[in-house]
Amino acid sequence: MIVLEGLTKRYGDFTAVGGVDLEVEGSQIFGLLGPNGAGKTTTLRMIAGILKPDSGRVLVGGHDNVAEPMAARRILGFVPDRPFVYDKLTGAELLRFSAGLYGLQGPEIERRIDELLALWDLSPWKDQLVESYSHGMRQKLIISSALIHRPRVLVVDEPMVGLDPRSAWLLKDVLRRFADGGGTALVSTHTLELAESLCDRLAVIDRGRVVAAGSIEDLRQEARAETAGLEEIFLRITRGATDSDIARAVGD
Amino acid sequence: MSSVAGEFRLLLMPKLMSARRRGVVGKGRWGRVAMVVGIGAAAWPFIYLTLTRLLRTLRGVEEVGPLLASKLLALGLLIFLGILLLSNLIAALSSFFLSRDLPWIRAAPVDWLAVYLSRLTETLVSSSWMVVLMLVPMLAAYWTVYDGGWLFALLSAASIVPFLIIPAAIGSATTLLLVRLFPARRSKDILGIIAIASVGLVVLLLRVLRPERLVNPESYRNLVDFMAALRGPSSPWLPSQWGADALSGFLQGGFDPFLLVLLWTTAAGTVTVGAMLHRKLYPACFTRAQEGNENRIRRHAAWSWLERSMRGASMQRRQLVLKDVRIFFRDTTQWSQLIILGVLVVVYVYNIRVLPLSSGEMITRYLVTLVVFLNLALTGFVLAAIAARFVFPALSLEGQTLWLLGSAPLEARTILGAKFWVGAVPLTGLALLLTGFTNYLLSVPPGLAVLSLASTVALSLAFTAQALTWGVYFPEFESENAAQIPTSIGGLLFMLGAVVNLGLVVALQIWTLRGFLLSGLPGREPRDPLLWELAAALFGTLACCLVAGVLPFRAAVRRLSRLEA
Repeated sequence: MIVLEGLTKRYGDFTAVGGVDLEVEGSQIFGLLGPNGAGKTTTLRMIAGILKPDSGRVLVGGHDNVAEPMAARRILGFVPDRPFVYDKLTGAELLRFSAGLYGLQGPEIERRIDELLALWDLSPWKDQLVESYSHGMRQKLIISSALIHRPRVLVVDEPMVGLDPRSAWLLKDVLRRFADGGGTALVSTHTLELAESLCDRLAVIDRGRVVAAGSIEDLRQEARAETAGLEEIFLRITRGATDSDIARAVGD
Repeated sequence: MSSVAGEFRLLLMPKLMSARRRGVVGKGRWGRVAMVVGIGAAAWPFIYLTLTRLLRTLRGVEEVGPLLASKLLALGLLIFLGILLLSNLIAALSSFFLSRDLPWIRAAPVDWLAVYLSRLTETLVSSSWMVVLMLVPMLAAYWTVYDGGWLFALLSAASIVPFLIIPAAIGSATTLLLVRLFPARRSKDILGIIAIASVGLVVLLLRVLRPERLVNPESYRNLVDFMAALRGPSSPWLPSQWGADALSGFLQGGFDPFLLVLLWTTAAGTVTVGAMLHRKLYPACFTRAQEGNENRIRRHAAWSWLERSMRGASMQRRQLVLKDVRIFFRDTTQWSQLIILGVLVVVYVYNIRVLPLSSGEMITRYLVTLVVFLNLALTGFVLAAIAARFVFPALSLEGQTLWLLGSAPLEARTILGAKFWVGAVPLTGLALLLTGFTNYLLSVPPGLAVLSLASTVALSLAFTAQALTWGVYFPEFESENAAQIPTSIGGLLFMLGAVVNLGLVVALQIWTLRGFLLSGLPGREPRDPLLWELAAALFGTLACCLVAGVLPFRAAVRRLSRLEA
C-alpha cells in the first residue's frame, strides 16, 4: 500500500533521508522508530506529499505521489507531529473545511463530524474556537480531520504526544480497527511500548537510513538479542548513550 | 546594571540571528538580495531626485522658499510620527504580550528591565525600519541642496534616533495600559479604540494644520498673515517639529541646540516612564493577556448568505474562501488592517474634498483634468497600500497550518485562486466606491469617469495578483502578528512594484490623451477627449494590468506548487 524506493531528501549539505527503501502492506500497522533527528518526520512528510523528495519515489496505493499527487492524496490521511490548525475556526468548522478539501459535504459529513467529535469526547467543544482547545484536544481534532474522508492510508507522526491515558488507549483501538478494516497505518513514534503492543511490523531509521525492518522477532535476530524487549533492541540497533555518558551528563 | 546590559543583549540575540538568517540563508537567497538591491536602487534615487528638484526650486524663491522647505520637512516628520505611533502600538501588542517565546522568558530568572528594554527595542525596530528607509533619501536631498556637510549627517542621526525612541516608548506604554483594561486576546476592543483614536487624530491634525491653505495664499487676509503661518511652528509640542526645526535651523543658519536636548530628554523621559509602568503593571497585564475571549461561536446569518452566494464555485474553492473570510473577521490582530484602511480613506477623501474646485476661475479646466489623473494615481496608491495590508499576508497567515493544505488533494492554482478572490472582491468594491465618490466630488466628465473607474478596477485586480505573488515568494510563516507581515521586505517590494505599475498606467494614459490635455493650455482651442483616445487609453491600461497581473500570478502558482510546508 505504501512503497518507498530510494527516497532521499537533502537540506543543503545535510542528508535528512538517504535512500530509504520500504514497503508497507495493506491491513497492517507499521511502526517507524528512530532517535531524534533520524529522519522520521521528513520521511512521513514526503509520503504525505508535503515535502518533495530530491530523488527516489513514493507510491501510495499504487499512485506515485509526485506524478499523480491528487490520486495519492485522496486516499491518504495525515496527522502531523505538532497540532497546528486554524485557531479561529471552531472544531466543527475545521472538520467541515477538511472534508471540503476532499470534495465532501452534506448530511453524511455532518453525521461523520458528530461521530468523530463524540468518539474523542469533543462534542461539547464543537462550536468553540480551536484556540481554546488544549494540546491534547487539538491532537484529537487533527486525528479526526485525518479520518474525516475515510482514508485507506493513515500516516501518523508521534500520535501519543499530549494525549491523556484514556485517549491514548482509544487511539490504539482506533488504529487497530482501522487496520483490521483493511486500512494501512504508518505510525512514527518514540513510545516503544506503543510500537511493541500495536505494530505488526517495524522499521528503525537512524541518520536517514533504515537500519532494521521486520517484525519484532526479525528485529530481535537483527540485534542478536533473542529474549530482549523492544527498548533494548532499539538501543542496540541505534547505539544509544553509554552508562559513562549518562553519568557525566548528570554530574555523577 | 552590567547584568541588565548582558541580559538585554542575550534576549535580543535570538531575534537578531533569526533576522539575519532569514535574509541570508536558504534557496534563492541571491535572487532575493538582487531583487531588494535592484528595487531599492530604483526607489532611493526616485525619492532623492524628486525632493532635490523640489528643494532647489524652493531655494530659488526669496523669503517663502526656505520657509516652505522647513514646513515640508516638519510635515514629513509629522506624518512619520503618526505612522510610528500606530505601528508601535500594534507591534508592542505582539512583542510584549502575544509572542510565543514570552512564557519561556517570563519563567527565566531575567531582570525586568532587560525584558522591557529588549522588547522595546524589538518593537522599535519592527515598527521603524521602513520609516528610516524613507528618511535616508529625504534627508540626503536636504543635505545636498543646502550643503549640509558631514555635521548634518551627525545631527540627522542625533535627531532621528530619539525621534524613533519616543513613539516606541509611548506606543508600548499605551498598549500596556490598554491591556490593563482589556485582555490582549480581546485585541478587537483594543484595536477598535486605536482605530477610532487614529481616525480622530488624523482628522484633527488635518483640521488644525489645514495644509491645503499653504498652497492657496488667497485664503489669508494678507501676505503678512501668510508669512506668519509659514514661520510659526505647526505643532510646537511634538517631537517631529523639534526634529524638523533642529535640522532646518542647522541648514538655514539658525541651529538651536536646545531642540536636540529636548528630543533626547523626552526620549529618556518616555523610556523611564515606560519602564516604571512596565515594572508596576506588566506581570498583572501579562497574566490578563492570557485570558481568552468568548470562544463559543454562534452561527451568523451572514455566513449562510456567503455560502449561498458561492454555490457556483467548486467545493474546494468555496471552503477555502469561507475559511479565509471567517478567520479574517475573527482574527482581531488583522483588524489593524482595517484601521489603516479607514485612516487612508479618510485622508484621501478629505484631500479631494478640500481641493479649491469651487473657486471658479481660479482652477482652469486644464487643472481639473490633471486632477483626474492625480486622483487615479492617489487611488491606485491607496489600493496598493490596502493590498499590501490585506492581500500580501494571505499565504504567510497559513503559516504552520500549511501542512493541511499540502497533504490535501488541492492544486496550487485552487489555493491561490481562492485567495485571489478573497482579496480582489473587497478591493475592487473599494476601488469603485472611492473612484466613483471622488469623481462625483470632482465633477469628472462621463468619458474620463468611465476610464478612471475601469482603470482602478484593473489596477486593483493586478495589485491583488501581485500582492499574492510577493507573498508567495517572501512568506513570513513565523510572524506572530498579521499586521507586521506587510512591513517585511516582501511587502516593501510589492509596494515598490505596484507603484511602478501605477506609474506606467498613468504615464500611458497621459501619453494617449496628450492631444486632449494639450488642448486645455492657454491659447488653444479646448476640446473633449475623442472616443478613440479614450478607447486607446482604456485598452492600454487593461493590457498593462493584464500582463502585470497574469504573469506574476502564474509565477506564484508555480512557486507555491514547489513550496515545502
